[in-house]
Amino acid sequence: MDGTAPSGEGWFGGIDRDDEAAATAAIRDGTADAPDDWPSRAVESGFAADENDYYEILHDATMAATRAAVQEHGRSDVQQLQRVVRAMDDCERVANELAERVAEWAATLFGDAGTGVDYCLGLAERDPDPEQRRVVELARRVRDLDDEATALRRSIERTAPEVAPNLAALAGPVLAARLVSLAGGLETLARKPSGTVQVLGAEEALFAHLRGHAPSPKHGVIYTHEAVRNTHPEDRGSAARALAGKLAIAARADHYTGERRPELDEQLRERVATIRARRDDADEGAEGGADR
Amino acid sequence: MSDGLPDGVERRPFDGRERLATRGSPVYGEPTDGDWRAWDASRSKLGAMLSRGLDTGLTGGEPVLYLGAAAGTTVSHVADFAGPTYAVEFAPRPTRDLLDAAAPRSNLFPLLKDAREPASYAHVVEPVDAIVQDVATRGQAEVALRNRRFLADDGRLLLAVKARSEDVVADPGDVFERVLEDLRSGYEVLATERLTPTHEDHLAVVATPRTE
Repeated sequence: MDGTAPSGEGWFGGIDRDDEAAATAAIRDGTADAPDDWPSRAVESGFAADENDYYEILHDATMAATRAAVQEHGRSDVQQLQRVVRAMDDCERVANELAERVAEWAATLFGDAGTGVDYCLGLAERDPDPEQRRVVELARRVRDLDDEATALRRSIERTAPEVAPNLAALAGPVLAARLVSLAGGLETLARKPSGTVQVLGAEEALFAHLRGHAPSPKHGVIYTHEAVRNTHPEDRGSAARALAGKLAIAARADHYTGERRPELDEQLRERVATIRARRDDADEGAEGGADR
Repeated sequence: MSDGLPDGVERRPFDGRERLATRGSPVYGEPTDGDWRAWDASRSKLGAMLSRGLDTGLTGGEPVLYLGAAAGTTVSHVADFAGPTYAVEFAPRPTRDLLDAAAPRSNLFPLLKDAREPASYAHVVEPVDAIVQDVATRGQAEVALRNRRFLADDGRLLLAVKARSEDVVADPGDVFERVLEDLRSGYEVLATERLTPTHEDHLAVVATPRTE
């Protein structure tokens, strides 16, 4: 049962009509160079009693094969994306924590000690004295974690556009993956109103606000988006709302049609430009060049 | 077959407005009237073609291959009036909704396949009298040419060309010209019509295979 019908043979060639697994495999993986009058061929070969019988079997078989294929895709793509984005965050967080430890330790052993992951990358290349050996080894672990975080990021950049083409184009692959991950899946994200998308990842601040002792959060993880971060602080709420609106539309397009809509990119660019232009008008040179 | 509509498609009043309708179980929350359900021409390019009176050559009851079935909005109506209807869709997510549309329709066969690779479904699909194509990918003419092998010599290709899928910035008129030129290497174009305003930047094309 390798599921491949030889050329000139229909999907039903060589399989038993009650063998659902074989039918599913044949429909998913089979090929033929050219179509043929498969209903008649199936009746002639004794696979089906008559054409109506054939279409009944074909309906069940295509439903089962397509359902299996869809489920496989859904599971593998979205869940893998969630795992990869969490693993990347873990690698980065642990690398930063270890880098602090290394910096503190290295300061007692090296005259030129620095800080951060970048310092560890340099330290990892050194040929240490015996008493420096452990700290250099630790810096090498930081380097390895940093390498792994980079590899995970590349993997997100590859898969996110396949899972959610519009969201990945608007938000960037990593932010798209974070939003899908925070929402618990693309379908749940697609069902959320844009106001919820705007504050995803800021739940703590949101609940503090709802309890009545904090202002409402302006943005959650979408803060990392250029449209929010590079907008004047006073206008970030507007920018975040505009961005969240487009991201919500993008998530719906991705979930419900899977069709890329390049016009969304342009609409977002225009909205953000309008919001920033408001500030430029208001400033009229007073704070000139602040956002260049 | 009245006013060019295939058997099984009728104009019926819904809330005082004449709309296309077919008989079948509802799929996307469309209004219903007994067995009949309204076919929303603003959400369906084929619906818009029929509604405008374009001669599609569809008669009802014939085998159809539908490329780019998406969530099944249009193909569910096709299956209501056509014979065996093969629905090819490439994206897994909308295909989930397509499965819901296909479940109560014993003549609708959903296939998660790439319309650019006809060999991957030629072992399932029989020769058809009509191909309906609505794929949002670059190379829409190429997809139609590659799938010509499924179409009967006197069959009809009903194509909705999406200008933005070919080129986002170019003038849609230029894009349509290029697509039609490519298409003519394998098809004779019988009619074309812009689908504005319900489907901006879409061109409806009716074509038949060229026989040498």
